[in-house]
Amino acid sequence: MPVLARWIEAAGIPTVVVTMMPDLATRLFTPRTVGVEFPFGHPFGLPHDAAMQNRVLNEALHILAGADRFGTRVDIDLEWPIPRKDAYKAWQPPEPSPIVKWWMERDTLPKA
Amino acid sequence: MIVDSYRFLPRSFRPIYENAKPDGTDPVWAPFEKRLSDSRIALLTSSGMFLEDSHEPFDLDRERAEPTWGDPSFRAIPAPMETVGLAHLHISHDDILADPNIALPIDRLAEAAAGGVIGGVAPQHISVMGFQGASLEGWRELTAPAVIELLHRDEVDGLILAPV
Repeated sequence: MPVLARWIEAAGIPTVVVTMMPDLATRLFTPRTVGVEFPFGHPFGLPHDAAMQNRVLNEALHILAGADRFGTRVDIDLEWPIPRKDAYKAWQPPEPSPIVKWWMERDTLPKA
Repeated sequence: MIVDSYRFLPRSFRPIYENAKPDGTDPVWAPFEKRLSDSRIALLTSSGMFLEDSHEPFDLDRERAEPTWGDPSFRAIPAPMETVGLAHLHISHDDILADPNIALPIDRLAEAAAGGVIGGVAPQHISVMGFQGASLEGWRELTAPAVIELLHRDEVDGLILAPV
């Protein structure tokens, strides 16, 4: 996804990436980045929480329009309101994805 | 507060992201020259979102058969949205189907336009399926050029991309 932002930016359209992994985005040289400490699948926050979604969207709009240099990153100071253990389980798919199964079958899942 | 990018990631997956290599390192930059209140804004999600009434889903059968492959195509999502489906094998679908705005905040963007914060909402937004496996060539050769052409045609002034 950071690569799409770079290609689209290079074609003359300003971009901002809203992401749960701002470290990855900046390592891949996104022009503008907004970081959120939310579980995967939730870049704009909780379902039916318009205030939270607006907070993230407005930050993204302001960085998009107002950042003055390449590599600008701003992280949003919002804590996910669900306990980490529950949120960690809840974002994951009902069964491991094909690539994770493939890694597990070959015991090639990268070690931490 | 500085976000912990790995807070919700299984620990064994962390090296994949820590060792990710950039496709390019040059400081690509398109200045945002208009007033935000005069600008037309579009959204892009990597959630594999599609419209159940008018789109083919992303190809998950091939991904199941070839786990290192991910469907590189895209879908254009008009605003307002009809009934959406998700084709993505790497996240739970429950919350996005309950409220698609958490991945593609079309309703919030329309409110920003109604309130004069932005000039307008693009007539269509973009959906891709973010897992691209071993290759970015499908995105590079087909999807990115088509998306760029669509955004130019729709006179989009800025794009918000949100990976899931």
